[in-house]
Amino acid sequence: MTGHHLEIGRRQLLGLAAAGGVAALLPAGGNAAPVRTNARIVILGAGAAGAAMANRLAARLDGASITIVDGRREHWYQPGFTLIAAGLKPAGYSVSTTGQWLPRPVRLIQEYAAAIDPVAQRVTTESGEALDYDYLILATGLSLDWAAIQGFDMNMVGQSGLGAVYAGPQQAEATWRAMDAFTRKGGAALFCRPATEMKCAGAPLKYTFITDDRARSHGTRADSQFVYASNNDALFSVPVVNEKVKLLYRDRGVDVRWNHVLKAVDPAARQAVFDTPEGERSLDYDFINVIPPQRAPAVVREAGLSWADKWVDQGWIEVDQATLRHLRFPNVFGIGDINGVPKGKTAASVKWQVPVVEDHLVAELQGRQGTASYNGYTSCPLITRIGRAMLVEFDYENNLVPSFPGVIAPLEELWVSWLMKEIALKPTYNAMLRGRA
Amino acid sequence: MKELTVATLIAVFEEILGRVTFWALVALAAVITVLFLMTLIRERGLLSRSFLRSQMWFPLGAVAMVWFVMRVTNSRLADIGGPIDWFMLLGLGIWGGVGAVMWAYVIGGAIRRRTV
Repeated sequence: MTGHHLEIGRRQLLGLAAAGGVAALLPAGGNAAPVRTNARIVILGAGAAGAAMANRLAARLDGASITIVDGRREHWYQPGFTLIAAGLKPAGYSVSTTGQWLPRPVRLIQEYAAAIDPVAQRVTTESGEALDYDYLILATGLSLDWAAIQGFDMNMVGQSGLGAVYAGPQQAEATWRAMDAFTRKGGAALFCRPATEMKCAGAPLKYTFITDDRARSHGTRADSQFVYASNNDALFSVPVVNEKVKLLYRDRGVDVRWNHVLKAVDPAARQAVFDTPEGERSLDYDFINVIPPQRAPAVVREAGLSWADKWVDQGWIEVDQATLRHLRFPNVFGIGDINGVPKGKTAASVKWQVPVVEDHLVAELQGRQGTASYNGYTSCPLITRIGRAMLVEFDYENNLVPSFPGVIAPLEELWVSWLMKEIALKPTYNAMLRGRA
Repeated sequence: MKELTVATLIAVFEEILGRVTFWALVALAAVITVLFLMTLIRERGLLSRSFLRSQMWFPLGAVAMVWFVMRVTNSRLADIGGPIDWFMLLGLGIWGGVGAVMWAYVIGGAIRRRTV
């Protein structure tokens, strides 16, 4: 008897599992029939933006030749770097391979682009292969200009109190070792951000909060000094968030220095030099998280695609901020960090930008006009201590645009927002890479 | 978040618990539901006295569930902030509690059957 009953249970279970499995394979939105085209599309960069775009185009187009160019074999889940540097995840948490995210019909060229000629509509790779395109999608990400910080040595990250969370998963883990050693002893902690545009402008703020939390749990906070050196006169570009973070920093005892731009570090003397309106200023530290200036990769800057009158030292590309289409070369689009738009150097922005570029590109292939528009949406789960975060979401106009209005308050330190950052973000990101979210 | 689909939710839970653990837990939840219904059918209704006794397991299930979630997410009870956090905690507690009661009732049913 019992065996019979269990048999029924097992069958029902299998049915349930199968239903769940099918649901997991379904695309996020309802898809129309594929569009027939023989367009040659080249995507530069196979990071979050490039991989997501390749998957969505492969699903939408039939017959297109899609080539994606990226020399890095590893794919990095960059929103995970903060968790690695907080000692909550190992370096491997952020590492996968570029190839595993790309759909079969897409050709991956595992080398970097050496030149882009938007007039001749040609990309040349490092090995000299010429790729002629009808449409070019720039998803190169950005370059971290470590050489701009005098005295900084990447090999020293993790030693002598030197941290560099942005440099990569290994360096984020090395930064954790330095931060852990510091918080066990106490002393002077120094945080800063560059004067250029940067990816995830909330990250330096988060890391200050996390280090503060670690020092408190080790009982060394009372004997430590925390300094946040801001590049201008604000902590965050959205005024209401800026005020909130100022209040929290006051509450946690973080001393803020305004208009300080990091110029040099001396790891032996544990001293950092800043450019300020009053001239150079030196600050001593026991632990520092260095974030260098950020710019468009050289291959993009040399291609004549950048704004001529904005961000001239950084080279972000000249795109329409709503359609993300290049203003001088209409068959060129940008997604992610490379775009010269006022906001949006985050993975959350990529998630919202990809469907916009997809809409305009596919519409053009169908001989009509695209209608989708990007409003500058970006999101920052601003960790305020391990176990709490503020889920800050905003647009070009600095409006707060909460995903769960009335349920998850954006300026409140919540456990639920922490849960989202720690456990829900990576799967959502992975779903985006596969073109499913 | 732009869109929250069933597929995304499943992916989220697979990520939290690992694919095998997640589907094993789904299977376990389905098994207990089926067994609970089977007990109801076999005994032709709910035996109120046994059910009351089973409910004594509710607090244990609630605490176990909250403890489990705190453990896998680097959280502490002190992290509970606004009202939504309390609702979340309450929801988790009820989930764990109801599960424990169902298990207790099913196991009780099996014992009753053996002793009759």
